[in-house]
Formats: sequence, structure tokens, C-alpha cells
Amino acid sequence: MTDSVSTAAQTPEVEQPWSELGLKADEYATIRAHLGRRPTSCELAMYSVMWSEHCSYKSSKVHLRQFGEKAPRTDALLVGIGENAGVVDVGDGYAVTFKVESHNHPSYVEPHQGAATGVGGIVRDILAMGARPIGVMDPLRFGPLDAADTRRVMPGVVAGVGTYGNCLGLPNIGGEVVFDPSYAGNPLVNALCVGVMRHDAIQSSGATGVGNLVVLYGAKTGGDGIGGVSVLASETFTDSGPTKRPSVQVGDPFMEKLLIECTLELFGDDLVVAIQDLGGAGLSCATSEMASGGTGGMRVELDRVPLRDSTLAPEEILMSESQERMMAIVEPAKIEAFMAVCERWDVLATVLGEVTDTGRLVVTWHGETVVDVPPRTVAHEGPVYSRPYTRPTWQDALQADAPTPERLPRPSTPAELRATVLRMAAAPNLADKAWVTEQYDRFVLGNTVLAQPEDSGVLRIDEQTGLGVALSTDCNARFAKLDPYEGARLALAESYRNVATVGARPLAVTNCLNFGSPEDPQVMWQFAEATRGLADACLELGVPVTGGNVSFYNQTGDTAILPTPVVGVLGVLDDVTRRTPQAFTEPGQVVYLLGETRDELGGSEWAHEVHAHLGGLPPRCDLDVERALGEILINASRDGLLDAAHDLSDGGLAQALVESCLRGGVGMRVWVPDGIDPFVFLFSESPGRAVVAVPRSEEVRFTDMCTARRFPHQRIGVLDAGDEDGPALDVQEQFSIWLSELRAAREAPLPRAMA
Amino acid sequence: MRVGVVTFPGSLDDQDAARAVRYAGADAATLWHGDDDLAGVDAIVLPGGFSYGDYLRCGAIARFAPVMRSVVDAAHAGMPVLGICNGFQILCEAHLLPGALIRNDVQTFVCRDQSLTVENVTTAWTSDYQEGQRIVVPLKSGEGGYVAPQATLDALEDEGRVVVRYAGSNPNGSLRDIAGITSENGRIVGLMPHPEHAIDALTGPGTDGLGFFSSVLASVVSA
Amino acid sequence: MSVVVEVMPKPEILDPQGQAVLNALHRLGFSEVAGVRQGKRFELELTGELDEAVLARLEEAASTLLANPVIEEHTVHVGSTVHDEAGDEPSPAGV
Repeated sequence: MTDSVSTAAQTPEVEQPWSELGLKADEYATIRAHLGRRPTSCELAMYSVMWSEHCSYKSSKVHLRQFGEKAPRTDALLVGIGENAGVVDVGDGYAVTFKVESHNHPSYVEPHQGAATGVGGIVRDILAMGARPIGVMDPLRFGPLDAADTRRVMPGVVAGVGTYGNCLGLPNIGGEVVFDPSYAGNPLVNALCVGVMRHDAIQSSGATGVGNLVVLYGAKTGGDGIGGVSVLASETFTDSGPTKRPSVQVGDPFMEKLLIECTLELFGDDLVVAIQDLGGAGLSCATSEMASGGTGGMRVELDRVPLRDSTLAPEEILMSESQERMMAIVEPAKIEAFMAVCERWDVLATVLGEVTDTGRLVVTWHGETVVDVPPRTVAHEGPVYSRPYTRPTWQDALQADAPTPERLPRPSTPAELRATVLRMAAAPNLADKAWVTEQYDRFVLGNTVLAQPEDSGVLRIDEQTGLGVALSTDCNARFAKLDPYEGARLALAESYRNVATVGARPLAVTNCLNFGSPEDPQVMWQFAEATRGLADACLELGVPVTGGNVSFYNQTGDTAILPTPVVGVLGVLDDVTRRTPQAFTEPGQVVYLLGETRDELGGSEWAHEVHAHLGGLPPRCDLDVERALGEILINASRDGLLDAAHDLSDGGLAQALVESCLRGGVGMRVWVPDGIDPFVFLFSESPGRAVVAVPRSEEVRFTDMCTARRFPHQRIGVLDAGDEDGPALDVQEQFSIWLSELRAAREAPLPRAMA
Repeated sequence: MRVGVVTFPGSLDDQDAARAVRYAGADAATLWHGDDDLAGVDAIVLPGGFSYGDYLRCGAIARFAPVMRSVVDAAHAGMPVLGICNGFQILCEAHLLPGALIRNDVQTFVCRDQSLTVENVTTAWTSDYQEGQRIVVPLKSGEGGYVAPQATLDALEDEGRVVVRYAGSNPNGSLRDIAGITSENGRIVGLMPHPEHAIDALTGPGTDGLGFFSSVLASVVSA
Repeated sequence: MSVVVEVMPKPEILDPQGQAVLNALHRLGFSEVAGVRQGKRFELELTGELDEAVLARLEEAASTLLANPVIEEHTVHVGSTVHDEAGDEPSPAGV
């Protein structure tokens, strides 16, 4: 018997499983108040998924508001926060849309499908903005490299990201691979997608135009991920491991490839009034959000939804997270043309209903009304919590535990320094990531100018003019644990710096905020501080947040992950041929270190790798310095003054030199400047720094530029092909290491761990 | 000269192959999988990608597409045909080339700048190379392991029908390090690496791949 | 009436997937397993009756589409399909 609206109105006392569906008692009461009766089981399903943390952002909204309130004024922003993704003007009539999202919990349960569907979801978000997706990136975080569960999770996640992205024909141009004990049991799989379109092609998602048709197209609906959103994302794992197996979605990238081509043709032929992709909460989300954002009402016949599994109940259909589905609003006069395009691409399309102006979302099931709700209450007026937050009791002690020489013995002799450089080169977080990145196609579409391990991914947008975009995603979660406010600022600084390093001008920001349970006031404090830090930093640097994602409940039992606010920055290059790559390739060129180096080892990779230590304060973040450094790198790139550039981050100067030398196969003679301790010189992680290789012919022009801007710059070495024994990294009066030895050390860890 | 590039559902590198054709100085024409009209092209490229999602076996469904009937007929009449990656798989499934491609022995998708030796420069697609020339061309595939019965492999070697061979280490377990082969008349070539991604140093490891597309300009035969 | 076609890699063909499964079994402690070969199983539902002519047609379908004779062998079994789990739907997670 169907639980219809009239039945619900007549049976107010029926017990409903609101708790099992993830709702709290007061939320259930609010629903009853909104409707003036008890909800039907379909309505209950709809509210439960849409009011889950993942969909409603109920714990984060009050803090995320800052991104809008403190948004810097910029002409570059065409669409800000609120839509599926932000849209940025990059010039010549082109608009670029980008966003990063999480699919963390599903990736712990079923690594391959969890990661694959994460990619699928973010690609559809970009598609729904009206853009052709042109690239993806994947910031990944796992438990320790040598942990047994990492051996289960990592290959599956990488295979999932690779299989889905490769099959869609989207080049993977960058990302991160980070290992830390706090992610054991809570891997982080964040996926970014970037797309391009013409200005006048931006799509919206509000269902407007009374009488316009509501069309569901793409894959059939099955039992995938039922309750995935409300059940999985709002529940931390018990220590006994994953038990929610049936809630994982299964993706079909071939279907999504057809969906992309079909949708772009629909856009091109102007057959779509509005569009929305079906992601978390599936039909519940698409119908309520589209109705809420448009003329205000919608009528849908749920039994028209094409099913893979004919036994699904209407509640399940509403909650299903079957992949590769989109919802479009189409004028009746254009529906035939719409259907013809779908048929050409062999994509199933079904008219489910129409747009109304009743201010109600009405869903019927075989003639009976099973949903009759004000869509705003479902989609945009969900609960908003001001969760309590308190600074952790251990924060002071943590910050006081600084990595002083007394606390953490430092290498001082040449032999010790040499050994440390080799050890650091082989540290899991710094080691070569080819085992991961060689599973990704970076060539497809033929527009990839730079891809991992370069500092940013660079994609050409216009073959004639050379216009292009650069993207980077970054976060040092250890810094964020030491000081979430500073850590978030440092994450933005690093991403901004990475974009500037290749010669691109940073324009906009996306973010994926991965945290523990918002019900833990200490975690909530971390979140509040991080969002405040990021918002303040964006305002200072003049780059607005265009959208992003929050993932809470990343914890097992009482142990939350390191607060991990991943920041993605998008920049623009007027001419991609002028980009500055990372490799040192020309013996004889001089190498300059830009920026100031201080004794800042708090949260450093050295402290982590050598001493398993996390304490003290993170390096000091100075955004004026970052802006100035960026200007130099961008102008020098445009003027052709640099042969290579690499910014400094994890592992400090040593890591940057190792990477640039190995990438180009050219060695370097380095001298430690007077007055600085060699250990600090090599391993400090002060931000606001970069190394550049300058052709001798440009040296004066370059140093003049730095001097005119009063930016610290220091000649620290010269590139050297080496003798008959091969190239080496030669730190004068300290030690020398063959590049071959460094390469062997760097390239061994991941393949060995995954063998 | 017009070179047709076939688009199947799921083809990915068709645009890139078309670009390579244009860089080489010819016109590129798109051939739709569902249409058996070859539009009067002088040569055909079956591009890389995941036609039909690689369902069943890579290329197994694509080989029965309407356009393939015409491609097979044209090939038998001497039209040059180049199969890249998925295209190579389709040529094998369609029996225009011997052998088959199976999952990489390393189990994972492999994307890298691959060193190759060009061994046969008499084919319609490799005449612009020097025999023994070492080139670098991106390889990006999960199902790139070339296999064939021993007798077939011996025949290919004896007849000089190995067109390109993996140099350095074997990335996927292909027998005899075979990266690409040709038909008996040297006009049909299939290879796993992607020459269309080595046509511009801006976006690839160099321009070593352009030779595949420039060679065919000299090989036009009236159909 | 339905027919099952089983497709297996030929014995002389390297079976990387089977090898990977074997390695995984061994890592999990199943030392009793000496070898694994991985294949495919197709369950074909027929529109009409099964007779010699139809069987010959299915044989042709098997050898031209379902299997690649260069690398695979196949067998055609006649009989109803078997669901070992009593009437259960397969788990949506598949794998």
C-alpha cells in the first residue's frame, strides 16, 4: 500500500524511521511543522537525504557564509557561490568553471567505485554549468604507505580515478598523494574538474517557465547508493571497519562519455532551459533544487522513471544515487529535437513532468500523490546549525612543543646532511609518485601543456591565441593541525604560489574542506578557524572562492583526521607557450632562491619523517610576500627571463632542488649562503619562496626586476652537467650525491609498497 | 588529400588524430560509426579511446559497426588504414591484422613517454622514418599486451612486418616487444602508442609522431 | 529456455588477471590454490525454442562475438540459468 499524502494526513500517529534515516528528533518535528501533518515515507526519504550533512551543509553554512561576505571584488567572476560550480572570465569571451569535491567515505568502503563515482560526479557538475569538461585533478590522502589497509585502498582508488577519467577522455593534470596515520580508515579522495565554455553559454539550474517539461536522461535508475548520502557521510566508521557495503554507487564511464557528448549537443542546439546533474540524493536533490531555484513548483510522475530494477519502491527511487543521470527543463516546442539528439547518442530520455507555479513540488506514484512539499524547505531551508566549538585543550601544549634543536636532534655534519637528503628524498610524501600518475592519461584532447609533477597543471584553451589556464590543489594538513587559521592561509598561499610559478595569474579559488565530526566541538573549532583563515586570505590576495565542498565525519571513533582544507586555485595564461616548467635542463644557468628562509620546521616533512614529530607553530604566512613573489614569477615568465621555476613547500629547498635536477637530468653546484645554518637552508619550510634557473643572458634583467621590487633574491648555485661519472647535487663544502643515487632512492618507495 | 578519422561511441583521440592529420598537411574528415559512407577519403585512421566502453573486449563491438564493413572493403582494395591503440585492437578483432591485445601484464593502465624503434619504413604510414630510427611517442593504455601464436610471431618477424618495437623496457608484456605491426601489403598498420600526441613539443614529448601522418600523404592510391 | 556460454583464455595465453587473483589469494593465506584462470560467463535467454539449428547459430555467435578465437576458447551449455542465492537480487556493489 502506497503511503500517500492523503494517508499521511489521516494517520498522524504512525511511527516513522526518521532516526534510522539519519534525522534528529527536532528535525523530524520541523518537517511535520512545514507540512502541517506527518510526512509520507517518500517525503521522509527526501528530507532525510536532503537534510543530511553532505547535502544541506547544515553544520558548515554559518561558517561558509564568510566566503561570500568577505569576497574580494573582482570583475573576473561570472558566477559565484551557489550554483553547481563557479565560473570565471579568462578573456577572449571564454569562461572557465572549476570545482573540487569529495567522495571520501565511499572510497573507504569500495575504493575503486568510490573514487570512480567521485570523478563522475564532479564532471557532471561542470557539465551542468554548460561547460565542456577539459581536465581533472585528484588530491588523495591515505594512511601510512606501509600499512596493510593502504595496500587495499590506494590501488583501488587510483584505478578508479584512472579508469573513469581515462575512459571519459579527460586528461589528469595534477593532484596530490599524501600519506599520514590520521587518514588510515579515513582516506580522502577529492576530485576536481575544470571545464570551458563561451560566456553566453552558461547554464542555470532553476526550473523556470510554467508548462516546461521536466526530463530525466542518462542511465536507468537502480538501487545504487540508496541512503548513501545520509547514511554514509553522516556516520563515522566504527573501529570494526566498514559495514555499509550496499550503499556504494557503481559508475559506468562509457555512459557518462555519451552523456557529455549528448549534453553538449543539446546546449549547442539551445534545447535546454535549465539543467542539473543527479549526484548526492539523486532525484530528491534534482527535483527539489530545480523547483526551488525556479518558478517555484514542479510536478513529477515518479513511475515514469526508467528502472534497472523493477522492484524498487518509490522511496528508493527518490533516494537512489545511480550514476550518469541528468535532469533538464525543456520547452514543449523543443522536446522533439531534444529527444532526437538523445537518440543519436543512444541516451535514454524520459519526460517525467512539468514546471508549475504552485510553489509545491508534487510527486505522484501510479496516480497517488506521494510527495507534496514546498521545495525550498527541502533544498534551501534545511536545518542550519551553529555547532558549539572550543579550542582543543591540547592545542597550547602542541604549539609549545616546538622542533628546537634540543627537542629534535638536527643533522650537522656533512655526512649527516647527506644522509638526510637521501632519506627525505625517499620519504613517502616526497617520493616519486609515478606509480600513481602513470595510471592516468595526461595526453588526451591534445591540450595539456604541463601536468604532474609540475607545479601546476596547464591546459591550452585556444589553439590560435595560446590562451590557457593553470590549476593547482594543495594543503598541508599538519600545518592546519598546529594552527587551523594559519594552516588554511598557508594552503591558499601554496596553491596561489604554484599557479604563479608556471607563469599564470591566479584568478579564483575552490576548496574541499575535509574534517572530522562536527559534533566534536574541537573539530568544529578547527573548521571555524580554517574557514575564517581561508576567507581572510582570499580577501587579502584578491582571489574569491567560487564554490567548493565540505566533508565532515572523517574519523574513526574519537580520532579525527588532521584538519585538511584543500585549496584549489585557477589562474590564466595569455600564452601557454610562455609557461615556466620545473626542470633544470641547461648546464651553466644560474639558480636563484627567491624569498627569505627562516628557522621554521614546525609541521615540516623532516620533523614528520625523521622524528615522527608534529608540534610547534607552522611557518609564518605573509600574503604580501606571496603576492610580490607571484608578480615576479608571472612577469619573468611573460618576459622570457626564466628557464625553469619551482616553488618551495614540503621538504623545503632540498626537495625542490632534487626534483628540478632529476626532472631535467642536470646536476647543480649549490653553496650555502653565509650566516645560515645548512640544515635550516635545506629543510626549513618557510613559505613565500621559489627557486629559478636563469639563463646568463637574462641574469641582470632578472635581478634588476627583483631589486626594483625589493624582493629578497640570492644566487645559490649553478647548473652543472657533471663529469664522466654523471651529474650530481653538490652542496659545496658539505656533500655531493649522484643524481642516479637520488633517483634510485626517490623512485623505489611506492612501487615497493604496492608490489 | 583527405584522411578519414572514424568516431565510435567512446572514441577519445579522434580529435587529436584529426589535428595530427592537419598538422601533416592533409584534410581531416570525420567518419561516423553508424554510417557506411567513407566520403571519398584517401586513407583512414581508427583512433584511440574506449569504443563501446571496452565492453566484452576492446574493439570487439566496434568491429561490427556499419562503417567497418566499408573500412574492411576499402582496406582489401588497398586503402591505407592506421589503427592507433583502440584502433589497433579493432583491426585485430576485424582480422585485418593478426593477433590480439590483452590486459597489460603489470595489471595497471600505463601512461608514459615510450621509446620505440621504427623497424619497417616501407609501410604506407612509416615511409618518412629511417630504418632503426629511435622515436619517443606517448603510450597510454591498459590493454596493450600484443599476443599471437608462435607461428604468427615468427612469420611477422620473418616477413619484416613488425613496424615499431618497444625500446628500453617492455611496458605491457607484449610478446617480442612488439608495439605495432603491418599487413602483408604494408598498407594497414596498427600500433599501441599514440603518434598523434607527439606532434608538438608544447603538448607532448616532441614531434616524433608526425611522420606517421606525413608518410601517408605520399601513399595515396585511387580507390 | 536459456543457454550459457563460457569463455576462457586459451591455456597458452598469459592471463594477467588470473595471475593477479592468484597473488591476492596467496596474500590472504589461501595457499591451497595453485592456479587461477579468469574467464567470462554469458547467460543467453532465447526468444524461442532451442533446436539444432538454433544451437548452431549460438555457436556462431559465440565464436564471432562472445569469444575471440585468437586468444579464447568457449563452451556452450544448454540448460536453465542457475542462481545459487535463493532468489536474492545481486548486491548493487557488484564486485
